[in-house]
Parts: sequence; C-alpha cells; structure tokens
Amino acid sequence: MDLKLSSHTPTDAEVDAIESVLGPTRSSWHGGDRTDAEQHGDHHVARGGHDLRTQRHRLLPVLHAVNDRVGWISRGAINHIAARLDVAPADIHGVATFYGLFSVTERPTRQVHVCIDLACRIAGADVPDGAHPSPCLGLCERAPAVFVTDAGERPSQGVLAPATPVQVRDLVAGGRLPDEPAPQAATPQVHHDRSSLVLLRRVGVGDPTSIHAYRSHDGYLALRRAIEMGPEAVVREVVESNIMGRGGAAFPAGRKWHTVAHHPVRPHYLVCNADESEPGTFKDRAILEGDPFSLIEAMTIAAFATGCEQGYVYLRGEYPRAKQTLRRAIEVATEHGLLGDDVMGAGFSFHLDVFIGAGAYICGEETAIFNSIEGFRGEPRNKPPFPVDAGLFGKPTLINNVETLANVLPIVLHGGEAFAATGTSGSTGTKLFCVSGSVTTPGVYELPFGATLRQVIDTAGGVADGHRLRAVLLGGAAGSFATPDDLDVPLTFEDLRAAGLTLGSGVVMVLDEHVDLVEFVHRIAAFFRDESCGQCVPCRVGTVRQEEVLQRLEHRGPAFDDDRQLLADIGRVLRDSSICGFGHSAHGAIESAIAKLGVFS
Amino acid sequence: MTTIDPAAAVRPGTPVAPPKHLVELTVDGETVRVAEGTTVLQACRSAGHDDIPTLCYGDTLTPKNACRVCMVEVEGSRTLVPSCSRTVDAGMVVRTDTERVRHSRRMVLEFLGSSTDLSVAANVGRWNEEYGVDTERYGSERATKAQPVVRDNELYVRDYEKCILCYKCVDACGSQWQNTFAIAVAGRGFDARIAAEYDAELPDSACVYCGNCIAVCPTGALMFTTEHDMRAAGNWDESRQTQTDTICPYCGVGCQLTLHVQDASIVKVTSPSDHSVTHGNLCIKGRFGFQHVQNRD
Amino acid sequence: MVGLATVFGAGGGTSSYAEIEEADVVVLWGSNARNAHPIFFQHVLKAVRRGARLYVVDPRRSETAQWADLWLGNHVGTDIALSHTIAREIIHAGLANTDFIGRATTGFDEYLATVEEWTLERGEAVTGVPADAIRELAHAYATADRAQLCWTLGITEHHNGVDNVLALINLALLCGHVGRHGAGLNPLRGQNNVQGGGDMGAIPNRLAGFQDILDPDVRERFGSAWGVTIQDRYGWHLTQMFEAMERGDLRAVYVIGENPAQSEADKEHTVELLRGLDHLVVQDIFLTRTAELADVVLPGSASWCESEGTVTNSERRVQRTRKALDPPDGARDDIQIILDVCRRLGHDWQYGDTPRDVAEAVWDEVRSLSPMHAGMSYARLEELNGIQWPCPHDDRLEPSYLHGRLWADDPAERGRLAPFSPVVDDPPVEGLSEAFPLRLTTGRRLDSYNTGVQSGGFSNPLRHGESIDVSPEDAARLGVVDDEWVRVTSPRGALTAPVRIDPVLRPGLVFMTFHFPEQVDTNVLTIDATDPKSGTAEFKAAAVRIEKLDV
Ligand SMILES: Cc1cc2nc3c(=O)[nH]c(=O)nc-3n(C[C@H](O)[C@H](O)[C@H](O)COP(=O)(O)O)c2cc1C
Ligand code: SF4
Ligand code: SF4
Ligand code: SF4
Ligand code: FES
Repeated sequence: MDLKLSSHTPTDAEVDAIESVLGPTRSSWHGGDRTDAEQHGDHHVARGGHDLRTQRHRLLPVLHAVNDRVGWISRGAINHIAARLDVAPADIHGVATFYGLFSVTERPTRQVHVCIDLACRIAGADVPDGAHPSPCLGLCERAPAVFVTDAGERPSQGVLAPATPVQVRDLVAGGRLPDEPAPQAATPQVHHDRSSLVLLRRVGVGDPTSIHAYRSHDGYLALRRAIEMGPEAVVREVVESNIMGRGGAAFPAGRKWHTVAHHPVRPHYLVCNADESEPGTFKDRAILEGDPFSLIEAMTIAAFATGCEQGYVYLRGEYPRAKQTLRRAIEVATEHGLLGDDVMGAGFSFHLDVFIGAGAYICGEETAIFNSIEGFRGEPRNKPPFPVDAGLFGKPTLINNVETLANVLPIVLHGGEAFAATGTSGSTGTKLFCVSGSVTTPGVYELPFGATLRQVIDTAGGVADGHRLRAVLLGGAAGSFATPDDLDVPLTFEDLRAAGLTLGSGVVMVLDEHVDLVEFVHRIAAFFRDESCGQCVPCRVGTVRQEEVLQRLEHRGPAFDDDRQLLADIGRVLRDSSICGFGHSAHGAIESAIAKLGVFS
Repeated sequence: MTTIDPAAAVRPGTPVAPPKHLVELTVDGETVRVAEGTTVLQACRSAGHDDIPTLCYGDTLTPKNACRVCMVEVEGSRTLVPSCSRTVDAGMVVRTDTERVRHSRRMVLEFLGSSTDLSVAANVGRWNEEYGVDTERYGSERATKAQPVVRDNELYVRDYEKCILCYKCVDACGSQWQNTFAIAVAGRGFDARIAAEYDAELPDSACVYCGNCIAVCPTGALMFTTEHDMRAAGNWDESRQTQTDTICPYCGVGCQLTLHVQDASIVKVTSPSDHSVTHGNLCIKGRFGFQHVQNRD
Repeated sequence: MVGLATVFGAGGGTSSYAEIEEADVVVLWGSNARNAHPIFFQHVLKAVRRGARLYVVDPRRSETAQWADLWLGNHVGTDIALSHTIAREIIHAGLANTDFIGRATTGFDEYLATVEEWTLERGEAVTGVPADAIRELAHAYATADRAQLCWTLGITEHHNGVDNVLALINLALLCGHVGRHGAGLNPLRGQNNVQGGGDMGAIPNRLAGFQDILDPDVRERFGSAWGVTIQDRYGWHLTQMFEAMERGDLRAVYVIGENPAQSEADKEHTVELLRGLDHLVVQDIFLTRTAELADVVLPGSASWCESEGTVTNSERRVQRTRKALDPPDGARDDIQIILDVCRRLGHDWQYGDTPRDVAEAVWDEVRSLSPMHAGMSYARLEELNGIQWPCPHDDRLEPSYLHGRLWADDPAERGRLAPFSPVVDDPPVEGLSEAFPLRLTTGRRLDSYNTGVQSGGFSNPLRHGESIDVSPEDAARLGVVDDEWVRVTSPRGALTAPVRIDPVLRPGLVFMTFHFPEQVDTNVLTIDATDPKSGTAEFKAAAVRIEKLDV
C-alpha cells in the first residue's frame, strides 16, 4: 500500500530483531537498502500486494522480537515493520498499545511485573516504585509472584514466587533473578498417590522435553491408535466421551470436533487456548511445563481427526518456562517425524507453532485469539459466526483449552465410553483444580468430577492451620463465591449450576476470616475495568461505572439503595448486551459476593 | 499458436444473481418476510419499526456492533442480540421494545451520556427522553472522556470528548473505503482512543484529508472547521441551510456532492451514501476544494 | 477518446466503476489513480480487497504502484514496446482468445506480424522491465476471467499517445476482455467533463453523440434543428489551431474555461501566438493568464455550483449539476452568455426563463438529436443518480458495459468488427544525452488540480508547492538536499525549483507537476511535440539536467 512513513528510522538492533522473525530485508521498496536496489532489480519491478499482506500474522511475533531486544517499540521500529509487512504505522501502533507487555515509550530494559491479583493480594503483594502492578500471573500456588523481563541481545524472562518485598526491590534495582525451582512444585499431588492420576500421571516423571521418557510412559500410543481408527472414529469417540471444554465455558468438545471435521470450507485450523489468564488459574501450566508432549500428541490427533494442517498454541506471554519447554518439545517432535509434512509416516501433514500473547487477559477469549494471531488488536468478534464456521483467518477452526485437549489421549486410548465412566453423566472424566489461598498445600489437583468442594480442599491439606474458612471463590474473577454451606456440593458443571455457582476453569481459591472481602471484591471490579478490551459500550464504560459504584458503596456505606440499584442495573446490561463472555461475566462475582457473602449489607 | 477452449472464454452478459430465498420471522408478534441474509434491523425497519436506535451502524460499512444501542430480544438467545449485524433466521421471534430491551438501551445511552458529550449527536436527545436516561446518578466523580479539542489543520477539527469509539472513522479510513489507515484505535478499555501513530498530529500522519471519517462520524466528534466554528459562534442554523446536489468540478471520476449552503456560502460538503460512484466518500478536492467559488472578488 | 472511437466507434470507457469491483485482474497503465482519481481507486481497492490482483505499469513506483501485486517500471515512452511484448507472449503461450479474435476483430494477421519481433528478451532490453515480470502480467491478464485495463495521462500525454492507447486496446481484443460484464477498457478523464465535452461534440469532427460531421444526414438533422448550415469538414483540434495561428490562418479565438497560456507545453511560444491574434475572447470564472491577454473577457459562472446542466464522468455517467450559489456580481450563466452572443450573431434562440428551464430545454434538444442520450430526461437523471450512455430508451437501461454486440452470434447484430492496430514502437521524441541526462516526466498530486486555479483556493495541509522530485541517488550525486533550489534546464528553457527527494523515483528519473505555475512554470521545460491524431502534447517525456545554484 502507499505507506506514509515519518522520518524516524530504526536502529540496527531493531532491524536485527525484526529480521530475526521476518528474515533479511531484500527489496528496497520494503525497507531494504537502496544501494542494492539495482542489483535486486528494484528499479523496474516490485512485488507487493496480497503476498505481502498475507504476512500480517507475523506482526505480533515481530513486536515481541523488538520489545525483547530493546525493551520498547519505537517509531523507527514501527516504520520498518510497516515497510516489511505493508501495514500502516497507525494500525501497528494500535496493535502494540493493546498489549500490556509492550511499551511505545522508552523504558529500562529490566521490567518487573508484580502480581497484585487475588491470591497474591491475599498473600500480601506489594508494588515498589519502578515495578508494574500486574494482573494474575498464574503462579497462585506460590503467591506472591513476580514476572521479570530483561531486554537485550540475549533477552531473558523468568518468574520469582514467592517473592519477598526485599527480593522485589532487589529485582527492580537490577539484581539477579534466582533460578526457578523444578516445575513439579505446582503439582504436589504427584508426589503422593499417582495411581488415580490421568492428566497428571506423567508430570514430574522424567525430563519433560525427552521424547524417550515420554514414549516410555505410553507416549504416542494414542496417536498410533488414532491413525489406525481413522478420523471419523476418533471424532466419534470424542463425541461419545461427552467431554465438556475445560477453558471455562463447558461446551461439549465433541460437537465442535464433529462440525469442523465435516466442514466443506478448507483449510481448517486448530488452535490450543493456552492463554490461561483467568485469575486463580494455573492448571494448564502444569501440563505445559510438566508434560508438553501430551499436548502436542493430543493436538496432532485433533488435527488428524478434523482435517487441520496447521495448528497454533496461543500461550500467554507471562509463562516463560512453558514457552521454552513447549518450543523445545515441538522441535523434538518435529525432528522425530511426529510433526511436519508426513506425521509418523502416516501420510498426513501437521505443523504446529507457538504464538505468544503479550499481556491481555481478553486474548483468552476464543475469537480474540484469532484476531491476535492474525496481527490485529485482540478484540473479540461478535458471534455468530462461530469459530467452527469462520474462525482463524475466517476458516473453520477447532479451538480447545489445553486441559480439554490433554483428555483426548485417554479418550482415544480407552474409548469414549470408558472415559465417560469417570465422573457424572453431565461432567465426564477428571478435572484439574487450581487450589490456592488459605490452604495447607496450594497446587493443581486432579480429581474425578463429582468430588465435593470439601474433598478438594482436603486433598490440598485443608484450610491452612489456625484459620477458618470464610468463602471460596470458584471459577476465578469470572466465577462466583461459595460459602461454608456449599462444601458438600459435588463439583460438577450441573450441580454447581443448580447451586448458583460456577466451576469455570477450575479455580478454588480459599478465603479465610482475615480476607477483607470488600477490598477483594473491589479488586475483581478493578480487574474487569483494566482488562476490558474497550470495544463495546456496556463493558468499556460499564466496568468503569461498576468499580466507581463499588467505591462509593465502600465510602458511603450500604445504606444507599440507589447505588445498589445502579449496581444491579450495570450488572444487567453487562450480561445482556456485551459482545463477549468477558462483559457477560464481569458482574457475576460481585453479584454473588453481595447475595451470598452479604458484602455491602 | 494454440487455441484455448472458446466456451470458457465466452461469457457475455451480466451475471444473474442467484435467487434469494425469503425467510419468515416475527417482529413484535407480526409476521415479516424478508430475503435471506437481511439483518434483523432491516427486517424490523421493513416491518415499520424505524425507531430502533443505532449509533455505530453505518449503511456503507460492515456492522461493527460495538455501541450496543440497537439490541433486541430474540427468543432462545441467552443475551440480547445486536439487530444491526445479526442476520435473520427462519422462524426467529424478535421483540424490539420489551422492558429488557429498554433497560439495555437506557443503560448504553447513560454510559455514553455520562462519559462523552453527545450534545450534537443526531437523535440522541430524543432517545434520552424515550428511554428515561439519567446520567446524574453516576455521580460527579465519574470518569469522563473530557479533553481539549484537537485543531491541528484548517480543514477539520477533532473533538474526542464527543467520541463514542464506534470504529466508523477507523473503518472508513481503513480497509473498508479509503485504505489510508491514518487512524486506528489505540490503547485498551476505557483508555482506548482514536489516534494516529504515537498520537501524532494529522499533518504528521498519513491523513489525506478526504474527510470520509467526518462523513460517517455519528456524534460530531469529527467536524468541518467551518461547522465547528459556526457552532461555537452560535451561527450554525440548519433551518437556514439548503442542500444542493451537484457534481465535483475537479477530476473525471464525477463524484456527486451535496453542498450545504447557509447565508450564500458553502459550509459543508457531503456525498450521498447510496450513490454508486461515491458511496458517500470523496477526496480532499471534492470535500474541501470549494473555497475557490467563495474567494472570488 | 480518439483511440477507443477509432476501434469501437464510441469514445468512452467500456465498463462501469461497479464492474471494476468484480474484476479478477486490474491493470492500471500510466495511471496514478490513487492520487489523480481517488474515488475511482476506491472501486479498484474493493476489487483488491476481494482478492483481485493489481498490476501497475508506470515509470515511477507511484502511490498507485505501491498497491500493486506487481509493479512494472518501464522506461518512459516504451509503452507500445511493453504492450507488444505482452501480446507476443500471450499468443505464444497459447492464451489468446481465438474465438473472440475470429468472431469480433479484423486485422489480426498484420498485428501478429507486428508483435512477432517483440520477444521477452527484446521487451526487457527496451522497456527495462525484467522478462519474468512481463510474462507474469501477460499470463495474468490473459487467463483472468474478468480483466480491466485502465489508463490515464501517462499513456496519452505522449507524442504518440493515440498509438499507445491503440496498443492497449489490442491487448483487450487479443484476450476478449471487452464487451463483457466486469472486463473492459477504461481511460480515466483528468477533468470533470472531458468526457461530456466530447460527447456533446466539442471535438473537431463530431456532433453530439459521436455523430460524424461528414455524414450528410447528421448535418441535415442538426442543421434543421438549429436553422443553420453546418460545414462539411472537420474542424481543428488544439494543436492544429496553434499551427493555424502560426500560419496566420486563425485570427480570432473564443476560449471558454481553458487556460492555454499556462497549460500548454512550451508556454512562451503559446503566449506569443495568442498575443498575435486579431481578437481573443475569454470566458472564464477566473482572470487567468489567458484572460489577461484577451480583448474581451466574459465573466462566466462556476458551472458546478452556480448554474444548471449536466456533466459526464469517466464511466459515461451523465449527471446533473445544480445551482447552489449565485455567481458574483457581473458574472453570468455560461449558457446565457452564449445565447447572447448567438443573438448578436443573428440567432434569437429561446429556451426558457429560469436557468434550470433553459438548461433542461437545451438538454432536451440534445436528446432529440443524439440517440444515445434520448432516454435521459432530467427527471430520470435525478431519480437514478445519473445514467450511463448509451441510453436510447426512456423506459429501460442498457447494460453497464459497452460493445456487448461484439460477442453476438448474429453477424448483423455484431456490427462493425473491431480492428487490431499494428502500431509501431516509437521512443520519445527527445532522447537523453550527455547534456540532458535526466528524464523528466510530469503528473498530478492528490490535493491539487491542473494549473491550480481551483485547488489553490483552500487551505490545504497537503500542499507543499512545486518541486523537482529526484531520486535519493540523483540527489546524492548532485549533492543537493530537500528544499534546496536548483536550476533545471531542458533544450527549450530553464527554471529554478526546490528539490524534493522522493524515493518512488529510480535514478535518472525526475518528476514535476503543473500545479503551481506562478511559482514554477514547468511548461517552460516540456516540449511541444504533439500527437498528430489527438493534439495532445508530450508532457510525459522531456530531457533535462539539474544543476546546483551558485551560492
Ligand atoms: C474473557 C475470556 C477469557 C478466556 N480465557 C480463556 C483462557 O485463558 N483459556 C481458555 O482455555 N479459555 C478461555 N476462555 C474460554 C474460551 O473463550 C473458549 O471457550 C475456550 O478456549 C474453548 O475451549 P474449551 O471448549 O476446550 O474450553 C476465555 C473466555 C473469555 C470470555
Ligand atoms: S464485553 Fe468487554 S471484553 Fe468483550 S468485546 Fe465487549 S468490551 Fe471487549
Ligand atoms: S471519532 Fe466519531 S466516527 Fe470515530 S470512533 Fe469516535 S465517534 Fe466514531
Ligand atoms: S471528489 Fe475527488 S475523486 Fe471525486 S470527482 Fe472530485 S476530485 Fe475526483
Ligand atoms: S448500531 Fe448495532 S451495535 Fe451499534
């Protein structure tokens, strides 16, 4: 297109970073050096148009590369990206400013993100000068947590949790980030009785990036089996398993698989939702860090069954170890012919790429992921059309959560019917619960659906000693509050729904008597205000108004009926008229805190 | 010289559009039949419900359904449905004026009215009355989009206190019409805003001053400088204005212009959105190049 | 217009803008439509967004070319060479539409013989465009279901501009990309009513509706309607008029709404000729340079907003212009002025009282004399947002594309077949030399228009004045920087202008516009070699040198 670029030019480091993703710059018409123009034939010919514009999905990776290299994204860098990808600078700037991890103003190469969200807040998180407050980092079992990035020629990222205030100050001052302990810490259960584990059975056993270790624990048996069965039969087993999606919306996975598999429009895409940013959720991380091959194998089966040749794992940017582990495992699988043009010699092709998010909770919403991958602002799309009809790049797309996909292995190995024998008829299989807050041993626990809330908390060692259970936040910020009266409700989709509760992504955050519930609820409101994409009016303004009313209620006291009415009015329009699930659920936890916990009354 | 299949090459005549099936639905209890692919909004309007408010909808743009003021109830849908973008299904049962719908519209109008300046947005005053809007209940401490007017060129001003972030200007400047991409939505959430890269002023941006953004802006956030200044001076008076359709005097494309004339001078230029040449769009010459007839002495 | 009229009998673009949106391949040749025809280009972009491939042929990688899937940057003045190379490739690849050629065209064999020598290698050597790029365009154009070929002044403003157009028309005939929905040939008019002027007979050889003056029936019909005898010979086009002035055969001139003193190539000579006339009348809304030379100036009104009438655009759409403002004191409606002149000459024509009545009555007269306008009543023009010609019937519309007849099975319906034109490559009159090593080409910018009298009137953030645009390489070689004033010299004259370094230019190519004659008079440099067939001057190719000014 006829780009109009300002006079700002990129630095060598920025060009390097951009070329690390896009390859060397050739044509002088697209950012290349004019001294080579003649030699490249540029004086009389230029190629552009559609071919250039199909590269737009490399925008987010390029922005990452620049941000990782120099710590921020300058005008010169955006100009160069614009020339390479044929995307206007204003457009790129709009994308870059959507994401929390990017900056379009200069800043130090060391950035410290201190989690101030629910679990870390209870654990006493504190943001010193020079650090950024961050929404949930998905390290709730080790709260309080920080995420540290160092930009440079050899950029590095890492986490520290739990982090003491002294450690955080030291990090802000540039101190060395201690090595992260082994990933098993997130899954205390695996050190005790493994026999009942399905999804976590390999976690903590051997090197997660060793294909041999994986194979020696039944790895790739399911894919072999799937190839024998053929795509139709695989889809049938998934349908029969009656597995519900584990990402929060609990939609029957078999229905999506069936629709995509039979969709006449080609190509089909497969996306794994590994954005895991719901406050209190960290279960997918356990699989990504502890058993990445299981996800790769499961995605390969899904691709085989539904006719996808390209898959993406959309991984949140704040999971540095998961990123490394998964990338390494994909390399290894590719080397072993388990990904690529001829998977397992079975004559089908499947390529898998990891796409890294950049600090936007909303990008976990399935259609926001598509926009994000395609190089646009991560704003959710209106539905219909649904992803199975028009998803990534407008094509039929199967999108599932990490945990949902991990369940494909047992479904294929043992059959859908056998799978459905665990749990209840409406909630089949086992579930990963993210237990955090005031319990003895926080972590990810795998139990069959139907276990009660009490059992889950007991598995985590019970309420931390000396404390009294006040409430349990189920399902995260988008969830609802259970009270001690709800301890014996079986944790299934249907039982919780009947009790006016939600399971969501499996968050079980235990709050004791010391937690300031008003403040806690306020944080939930602030989370929704901060993370709204801003696209639709009910949510963009409604989340702000909701937080303002809470603040007023905090100060004026509960006597003000008009404010309580206003709050209810806001909640109603959020649920009725927002575009996406974010707005629909932005009032749920608050409403439940008022109704069930008596906050503000 | 080899020959190619002549049958493949011969395609005279205008292609015939495939016949459209009719779909039957109910709107407020009344049966309506419309062509497949029609939006609920169009279906409602064809049934005489032309009172459904819209703000982000534009007849030349793909519905963005961002403002959510046009919501209606559709039986079987958990949430309300944006009528501007949802297409009809056979047997759909639509209600346009239930308590739930009215509540939603009221809230959306209150949210917008309590954060932005809708004083010159067409129809909003009427809707505010219709839906009982009360922005005062949000208190005086509430966050707003109040900000200074941007006057960085002489042709048009940008008053983003009036911006409801409907995306229309971005779509018109971007892939849907102008393809210049001078502006985009930047930032996120309540802080999201319309901006050129790095919030540059227009003369430092890619803007080509076609004014196609002004043409679609529903709230007057983007306005001819002439109109803005006349309004500021209290001289803007639409009842004293005439609108005359004519053809652009510049290039041979032949765009239809609508000249808005007050007190014997052109105060604004638009183009009809249903014209096959322009679809409401113009270039800088057609939009702003009228001064030469007013500078003649 | 001349080219299309020669081949098809009607001088108009063959498609509508809406059809362009449905094309699969769009070739813009010598057209910077993004800047010169922005709203037309929006229709092209609709096609592009739908997936159409865009090819742009232009020596500069213009804003338009920057949208292209493939830009072919030929040497200035090598359009016929490029077209012939494309044609030969299409024929040798077996992609010519032999059915259409056989059914609808004549002269193919001679054409074949003409293009045969234009191998890809030769084409590359002459045009500078790599052979693979030429082949790609050839194959894309030939294999497209619907292809559009559009051009502007980059094609016509040459000493052999008509031949250039004929060479492009050949390509459409070769592939059958004309006379069908979505496929066509479209010249884009630089000025708002160039098309309408021609349609109305404001050309030397036709009366309204492209009716030949030499046809006695036509003369008879018009003559009896007007009560005059119409001369049985062609008039002069602009260049011929100047030649006649030179010879002393043309002594009095009535100029309406043109500014030749400024817009003609080699303007000093033009002014001299105008000065030498016995009598010069200028009717205009501005006191132009030409008007300053006149014996009588008749202040007209701005036709687009101070009077009533119609104009015709590049898709042959006749549309109404309407009066929104009163002309300033002393200025009058152009029709009234002409009627008054006629009255003094002895013809007291009465058309009505109000400007609108007069305009409509004149238009109805056109409709009664020009069959292709017969169905276009004011009422219908208003109701339908304009109507494309031909429109012979007042109860229906013709297809939006022209020449569908060429596809007819019935030879009678097919009518006159379309001839191929075996035009020959003819490089620019002025070659480059050591003394004048740079190729100057000219064009338009988005925000300005012709000599700038209209577009200069508004405060315009895009306007940066005239400049001599040079490539970064030439700037470096000459040691000049942005905004530095330099001397530009051609064999005809010299001027000074500020430099603008523009990366869309390759080394050796420099660019100017005509928008700011008061500041920099570009026509001092351009040459007056004109196309004998159309009278258009070779604005697109002069040889110049640039020198630093002494400080
Ligand atoms: C605001 C928002 C955030 C979400 N974040 C996630 C997420 O981080 N991970 C996830 O798997 N699903 C997330 N979801 C749910 C997805 O939209 C989608 O339902 C899920 O990826 C489907 O996969 P499943 O059927 O396997 O659960 C989110 C939904 C919303 C509305
Ligand atoms: S509900 Fe919120 S997050 Fe979802 S689209 Fe609307 S503004 Fe964005
Ligand atoms: S400036 Fe106008 S058109 Fe643009 S988003 Fe704001 S309200 Fe909409
Ligand atoms: S508005 Fe622009 S494109 Fe349209 S006729 Fe006028 S000058 Fe040409
Ligand atoms: S008009 Fe339908 S959502 Fe805005």
